[in-house]
Parts: sequence; structure tokens; C-alpha cells
Amino acid sequence: MDSEDEVISVASSEEMMEDQDSDLSMGGDYSDVDLDVDDPDVGFETQDKDIKPKRRPYEVEFNIYGPADIQSHQDQQIDEVSAILGQPPEATAILLRHTRWNKERLIEIYMDKQDTLLEEAGLGKSLAKLPELKKVKGFVCEICCEDGPDLKTFSMKCGHRFCLDCYRQYLAQKIQEEGEAARIKCPGDGCNKIVDSKSLDLLVTEDLKDRYQVLLTRTYVDDKENLKWCPAPNCEYAVDCRVKQRDLNKTVPTVHCTCGHHFCFGCTLNDHQPAPCSLVKKWLKKCEDDSETANWISANTKECPKCHSTIEKNGGCNHMTCRKCKHEFCWMCMGVWSEHGTSWYNCNRFEEKSGSEARDAQAKSRQSLERYLHYYNRYANHEQSAKLDKDIYLKTEKKMTQLQSSSGMSWIEVQFLDAASQALQQCRQTLKWTYAFAYYLARNNLTEIFEDNQKDLELAVENLSEMFEKPTDQLSGLKVEMMDKTAYCTRRRIILLSDTAENLKNGGAHSLRLRPGSFD
Amino acid sequence: MAAGGHKRIVKELSEVTGDPPAGTKVRLVDESDVHIWEILMDGPEQSPYSGGHFKLLLTLPKEYPFKPPVLNFQTKIYHPNVSNDDKGSMCLGMLRSDEWKPPNKLSAVLNYARNLLIEPNPDDAVEGGIAEQYKSDRRGFEKTAKEWVKKYAGKS
Ligand SMILES: [Zn+2]
Ligand SMILES: [Zn+2]
Ligand SMILES: [Zn+2]
Ligand SMILES: [Zn+2]
Ligand SMILES: [Zn+2]
Ligand SMILES: [Zn+2]
Repeated sequence: MDSEDEVISVASSEEMMEDQDSDLSMGGDYSDVDLDVDDPDVGFETQDKDIKPKRRPYEVEFNIYGPADIQSHQDQQIDEVSAILGQPPEATAILLRHTRWNKERLIEIYMDKQDTLLEEAGLGKSLAKLPELKKVKGFVCEICCEDGPDLKTFSMKCGHRFCLDCYRQYLAQKIQEEGEAARIKCPGDGCNKIVDSKSLDLLVTEDLKDRYQVLLTRTYVDDKENLKWCPAPNCEYAVDCRVKQRDLNKTVPTVHCTCGHHFCFGCTLNDHQPAPCSLVKKWLKKCEDDSETANWISANTKECPKCHSTIEKNGGCNHMTCRKCKHEFCWMCMGVWSEHGTSWYNCNRFEEKSGSEARDAQAKSRQSLERYLHYYNRYANHEQSAKLDKDIYLKTEKKMTQLQSSSGMSWIEVQFLDAASQALQQCRQTLKWTYAFAYYLARNNLTEIFEDNQKDLELAVENLSEMFEKPTDQLSGLKVEMMDKTAYCTRRRIILLSDTAENLKNGGAHSLRLRPGSFD
Repeated sequence: MAAGGHKRIVKELSEVTGDPPAGTKVRLVDESDVHIWEILMDGPEQSPYSGGHFKLLLTLPKEYPFKPPVLNFQTKIYHPNVSNDDKGSMCLGMLRSDEWKPPNKLSAVLNYARNLLIEPNPDDAVEGGIAEQYKSDRRGFEKTAKEWVKKYAGKS
């Protein structure tokens, strides 16, 4: 196996990160560390950072924008294009939205066939005149059937005139109830003229204007291919990332929102590195379809393989010790734990049976089910373990806080627990997806490297996870060891992700290969 | 604006009851509530629904005419654009809030519904299966539609 070379080649880039890792073990917030690395040196929110480490192979460039940034981006583009076209800003805004903020295309079409464009965008000609309210003799409002000489009325250039109250209520209905903004049409029957922002300003109340702006910003982000809302509940940030849809087989663009949420820019699901979006989608579908088959897995109790007494799993760690006979085994494969560190033991790899055994259809289908369960088991187990890790951390933290007040230990000294917990969460998230990914991988020597990386990370994670189950009063004495183990986990994760990302990117014959049909 | 909405509804009601669209009769379910109309619609002669008598409910939301009316077939009907459930809802074209315009009139809604009986719109169907049959097996569709007319839409 030439996995050594692979690991070494990555190890050099990993050395660069040493500083960061120790930074982290000093009690820094792990997610922040990751975030800093992603901050590109170009862009909107340039932050002052002395160190600008090179991006790792699995990291993509992105920017985070708040509502004010998004607003000013729009305004900038509107001003710029308005000057070029010689159209007022409110009309330019409609034109830009019409072409989904593609400036070049807009200018091109505008030069080519101005009249058609204005018509299609819902503007019509002669835009210079300001909209105004009028009283019109003999007017009867077609909507409310009211008339009278004092009725204030409004119409856009299209001439569909309605009373002010009706116009207002129409806009309120569209904005408030239907969440429309960029494409509200004239209330006139069959009329496609878009209500521009000048007219809107004249007609609606202040609170509706605010809502209107929010909705406009929403369509702006929805219209731009490189912008996406952070899917975290109530988060108002948008992420700008230039990864193209067609490259999603080669890269997994995880982005980190200012709110702390890590998600995939490609599909907006939670971070699922190293598995590409399409496989994630397939995998989730498969899990859903096969949920019946896999139900038994989430059981919290198993039998000790040696003395058969019932073992309950309380923490996230998969290294189990039987209370009765002290036998140490692995919760996943039920194998002896001591063998898990050795090169010849495979807990993570699925060994395909060869030869006559798997020849007939029944045996084949049994084997394919076994194979699925092998990966699903580990996938689901890491998900479950991450939850248990978190529970136990929260309990530990609570105990530590109590301990602090009685022992006089300072707050900063327990932050290593927080860092460890966050690293665990992140690593288990990664591990979880390595199993979904591996399910679709065809077997070659790169797959073996992948599995070796997976095994190393897994072992590192279980070792760290195990420390949380130690009695609380021992924890402060284990600080250094825990910090080391945290840093090690983080490094193993970086190696695994870097290796896999490079393989995906390179493609071709020397890359990780998917089993036939995985990408369709 | 509730009063304004009322004026409009009353005006429409008197117009429609005074001069109803061909093949329809309109009355209020409850004389004190102008928001719920009962429609009796004859199946158009040039359609498989010919000879049928359909009862529909036209409900005007309190935001009417800023929101479209809601149309429900109370008589079961075999049609790609009417939901085959206890609601019998027809919700397409001008009946959808993004296409509805406040000046649109209820008489136009009734005409629209009646025209859909003559010419269904299988591309915007609520019953995919019926739409499929309408496109690929028109005779089979008409046969079932007629059977349903006999079964559900006879003179009551
Ligand atoms: Zn009016
Ligand atoms: Zn108009
Ligand atoms: Zn966020
Ligand atoms: Zn994704
Ligand atoms: Zn035991
Ligand atoms: Zn194992």
C-alpha cells in the first residue's frame, strides 16, 4: 500500500496549520478558526488578519453578506447600469430584475431591441414623467365601484386608473399576503406593467415599504446564481460563492456563515464533506426508501460478545467495556477493541465476499443488503454518537461549572472541553458522510487510502470521545492530553478531507472511482 | 374598505342574478351573507357533461376583490381541472391569486368555469390521471365523464 506517500504529501501542508491547532487548544472557538481560514483576501468584508493561510484543497472561497451589504450591492449595480442606459434608477431596477441581474445581457438587449425589452419588462415607453395622484371628473373605480369628484385616483403609464384606496389595498395584498415585490403587475385586467418603486413610494405606507425592500432583497439573492441564503432559522446573511453547479461532482463547497452554521453551498444541506451533493441526495433517498430495513440499528443496548450481559450505550464513544467481564469491544462491529488500532483489522471497510459464495441471485441480493447495512450502520451510528457526545459534554460542562465555583478554577481553563466537544461534533459529521461516500466508491488503491484515513480519524475520534466519559473531577488533570487529542482529531480530519478533495478534483484514472451508476 | 367591497359585491350580484351567464343560475345560500353564492350550472351541450346539473359554491374571501373567489363543485364531476375529493375545487387560470386582477368580475369567473367544461386544460390539471386520459384516450375520458354525469349529476 502506498498510502504512506499520500499522507506525507499532505502532512507538509498540515504543518502550516500547527499554529492554528495550538491556537485552538488554547481555548479558541474551533468554528472560528475554520472560518478565519476561509476568509478570502479579496471581497467585501475584508477582515484584518495577520495570518492568511492558503486555502486547503477542500475549502472554497466565499463571502458572507448582511442585509445592508446586499442592499448596497443592488444600489451600486442599479446606479451603474442606470448611467449606462440613461434610464431612471427605478426603471433600471425593474430591467435588472427582468434579466435576473445579468448586466451584460441587459445592456446588450437594451441596445438591440429597446422597445421589446421595455414592453416585456413591464415598463413601456416614456418613463421620465413622475407618477402622481389625480382627481378625475366622472370617474368610477372599477374595483370598488365608488365614484365622486373628490376621489383620489392613480394610474401608471398604461392608463389603468383606480381609486387610491383600491390601489393601496391591492399593493398591500400583494406585498403583505402574497410576498410579492419585484413582479407586482398593474391591477388592470390583463395588464402586465410592473409597478415601479417610484409609484410604490407614492402609494404605500412606511411599514409596507420596509417589507417591500426585504422582499426585493430576497428576490435579488434568489435571482443571483452565486448568492444563497444561509438556511439556518432566522439567519439573515447570504453567502456569495462562485462554485458552479456543473462542478459539484468535483468539489463539495462547504461554507461557514457568520451565524455559526456550516452548510453546503451546492445543496444548502448541512456540511456533508467529503461526499459530493449528488451522492448525498442519492444516499438520503436510499435511506428513506430502506428505512424499514435499517430500523433495528438505532438500538441503545447490545449484548456483550463475551459474557452476553446487556450493555447500554450512554455516551458517544464506540469503545465499550463490559461492566461485568471487563471485555473491551467495538460497538459498531462487536469486534475486540485492541485490534482496532492495528493495520490488519478493518472495522470500517466492507469486505466483499468473492467466489462461489455470491454467485446466485439470492446471495447477491443478500450481499448487497449487507453492504448497505455496513455503511448505513456506521453512518447512522456517527450521527447518533455525535448527539450522545453533545449530551455528555453538556452534562460535563455543567458539572465543571459547579466544580469551578467550588475549586476556584477559572472559566478559561474549561474552554478546552468546549473545543474538544466542537471538534468531536465536526469530525463525527465528517465521518458520517465518509460512510455514505464509501458506499458509492468502487474498489481501488485510492479507496484503500480513503479507508485508511477514515480509520485513522475514527480511532482519533473514539479516543477523544472516550475522555468525556471520565469522572468529572479527573478532567482538569487531563487537560493537556485532551487538548492534544483534540488537535490530533482536527489534523486527521484535515488530512482526510484534503486527500479526498484532491482526488475528486483531479478526476481521471488515478482518482477515487464511483461504482457504476453512482452519478446518474 | 369593507364597505367598498360590499358595494361592489352587491352590484355584481344584482347584475349576475338579473342577467346570468348562459346555462347558470345564481342565488345566495343565505340571504344575509353576500359572500357565499350557490351556482347551478347545466353541462354545456357540446361537452360530455351535457344533460348534467352541477351545483357549485362560489365563496368570496373577505379581501374580495383583491383576492380571487374560491370555486367548489359540490356535484362530483370527472374533469382534469376539478379535484376528485370532497372539496371539488377548481383552481387555475384567473382563479389563482397570481393571475387574478381586482377588476375581474364574477360573471367572468362563471363563464371561465363553464368554458373549462367544454374545453378542459390538461396542462394545468389537478387530476393528473384524468388529464393523461384526456390527452391519450379521449373516448375513454368522455365515457367515464358521461357515466359520472348519469351517476351524480342527474336531476335531483
Ligand atoms: Zn376603488
Ligand atoms: Zn395597467
Ligand atoms: Zn447563518
Ligand atoms: Zn451539497
Ligand atoms: Zn461482558
Ligand atoms: Zn469496530
